[in-house]
Amino acid sequence: METTPLSEAESGARAVQEAATPREPRRKGKPLIRSTGIRFAVTYALVFGLSAFTLAFSLWYSTVGLLQRQVQFAILNDATALNEHYQIGGLPSLINAIHSRLTDSGDSDGIYLLLDPLGNHIIGNLDQWPAGLNRINTWYELPVTRKGTRSISLLRAYTLSGGEQLLIGRDVSARAQLRGVMRDALLWALGLMIFLGLLGAVLIRSMFRRMMRDISTTTRAIALGDLTRRIPKHGNGDEFDELAEIINDMLERIARLMDGVRQVSNAIAHDLRTPITRARTRLEDAALHAHTKEDLQLAVERAMLDLDGVVGVFEALLRIAEIEAGSRRSAFAAIDLAPMLRDIDELYRAVAEERGLILDTRIDEPLPLLGDRELVQQAIANLLDNALKFSATGTTIRFTARVEEALIEICIADRGPGISEEDRSRATERFFRAESARSTAGSGLGLALVAAVAQLHNGTLRLANNNPGLRAIITLPARRG
Amino acid sequence: MRILVVEDDKDVAGFVLKGLREAGHTVEHADNGRDGLFLAASENFDAIILDRMLPGGIDGLRLLETLRAQDNATPVLFLSALSQVDDRVKGLKAGGDDYLTKPFAFAELLARVEALTRRGKSDGPTTKLCVGDLEMDLLSRSVRRGTQKIDLQPREFRLLEYLMRHAGQVVTRTMLLEGVWDYHFDPQTNVIDVHVSRLRQKIDKPFELPLLHTVRNAGYMLRAEEV
Repeated sequence: METTPLSEAESGARAVQEAATPREPRRKGKPLIRSTGIRFAVTYALVFGLSAFTLAFSLWYSTVGLLQRQVQFAILNDATALNEHYQIGGLPSLINAIHSRLTDSGDSDGIYLLLDPLGNHIIGNLDQWPAGLNRINTWYELPVTRKGTRSISLLRAYTLSGGEQLLIGRDVSARAQLRGVMRDALLWALGLMIFLGLLGAVLIRSMFRRMMRDISTTTRAIALGDLTRRIPKHGNGDEFDELAEIINDMLERIARLMDGVRQVSNAIAHDLRTPITRARTRLEDAALHAHTKEDLQLAVERAMLDLDGVVGVFEALLRIAEIEAGSRRSAFAAIDLAPMLRDIDELYRAVAEERGLILDTRIDEPLPLLGDRELVQQAIANLLDNALKFSATGTTIRFTARVEEALIEICIADRGPGISEEDRSRATERFFRAESARSTAGSGLGLALVAAVAQLHNGTLRLANNNPGLRAIITLPARRG
Repeated sequence: MRILVVEDDKDVAGFVLKGLREAGHTVEHADNGRDGLFLAASENFDAIILDRMLPGGIDGLRLLETLRAQDNATPVLFLSALSQVDDRVKGLKAGGDDYLTKPFAFAELLARVEALTRRGKSDGPTTKLCVGDLEMDLLSRSVRRGTQKIDLQPREFRLLEYLMRHAGQVVTRTMLLEGVWDYHFDPQTNVIDVHVSRLRQKIDKPFELPLLHTVRNAGYMLRAEEV
């Protein structure tokens, strides 16, 4: 009973270890074609081979075809010329013309044969009518015997108006030879190209695998929890560098979010435990030690207040999460911030006067914004809450809003203790509270919400020294038009 | 008042029912959407307290939409654990009159339900509001108490108007924030208390009988008689 879960745990650990060594990208027993590298290489070789074949074939076809057409053209011209001789001068003129062509040394490839209607030889350099040539006005490519040697010829037969049969042809054996040479050369070239194609495919595959290896080792390491790993860049700015950059950006964001989650869970563990513990202690103490009904009542009321505080923190956390998720952008509307800011000013002015503070407000108008009215309202209210909370009696809080170069700048500056230089960058983290602020009430979520709201509107929250005091500046892009 | 509570959580429902009965209301309860819809459609209620997420195939939104489709205009207050801004907007769009998120204080719930029923009754256009010897003329936008004219800032006027429209009822701080300032969150600073105390300075200070009372752990109430 005890050994089974142990061995399971062991094998689980081994599985993790195996996965942790990302050395062999292709697992054993996996069919070769399932490898993307191989598929890539085969596709490359196919495309390369096919295009090489097409090139060779078209070269061969056009060269050989051109030669063939040239010979055909010569024969047709010859036939027209001879036919004219026959039409004008009759048979003797034709015989004369053929004779002069046969004795003329210029064109030794010419083949002529003239037979009378009975099939007797009149003139020509062929001893007999070639076997197999039995239709007139048709191209034939046949072996013929001329002066005792056999050779390949292109032939065409005509019947003259007097019933004589005329055969005109050209010896094409030299051309056939040329064709053979060319075919051989092209076949060699094709073979070489296929070889080069395969070589290219292998190269591409290894390149592909190298790129993939960088990405897969990194992502696998990250999947196993090492969030610090990044994909190395080769620095030549190619597509893989681009991809690496995109993935690295994504990893950066994931790391930040993970940090956020870690922070929040730490904070929940810490900052919510305290008030919950307090409430619990109060209730238990009352249950054990309360002697009068009033004591009990008081303890219960105090505990309820503590729990209300916990609920408040929860709500603020959820609100921030909701804002950071960006889903509120769909509810953005075109608004003017100026009347809204004046309303807030009016709401808080009374409190400031009550506490002996001077609220010095200057709001320009209009302040056109595409955004969420309620969220901006809450952000500004948070900043004013803070300023009021930390200001000493008699000091001034400056509240200004203006548009400058398409940016709305809302600034709330107080003369309180401010936030020290090193704390300022962390002040917008959830639950962060500066040492000096620990004694005052608050959840440490106010500025986090303000920052989230600013970010949702593609703006920023900047905290600066007001010498003394804090100057919180929200910058939001103004709505155009 | 006759109030229907549609809520599936036994503890919450028991707590709400007990509280409402203690406050002097007649209460009916349904623990699922189907029964809730049947009760709401077949009987007359002054208000309905409705949970968003309900068992029985019909959730709160569907129930309300069905009810409104039958021209039933009973005021409805949503009581829901769904607290996002969109959830509230959805609830109000479906025909809800108010939206309260859990967890809640009973005083808040009671104040809001009572405010709802009042809103349902006074539908006609009023031009004049009176509480004791305090008079508000909505047309000339002037306020006087007894023979004395009281000057109010525009916002103070709206605050007083809200309180007078809900005279005799508890009005909570969040109700004032939502109703007078259109704010849907709780500021950390006690802004409402400051504004109410300023108003009190103007309408109560010079007179013998105070009208604007603070109700402990709940909010404020404007009424002529001693609480």
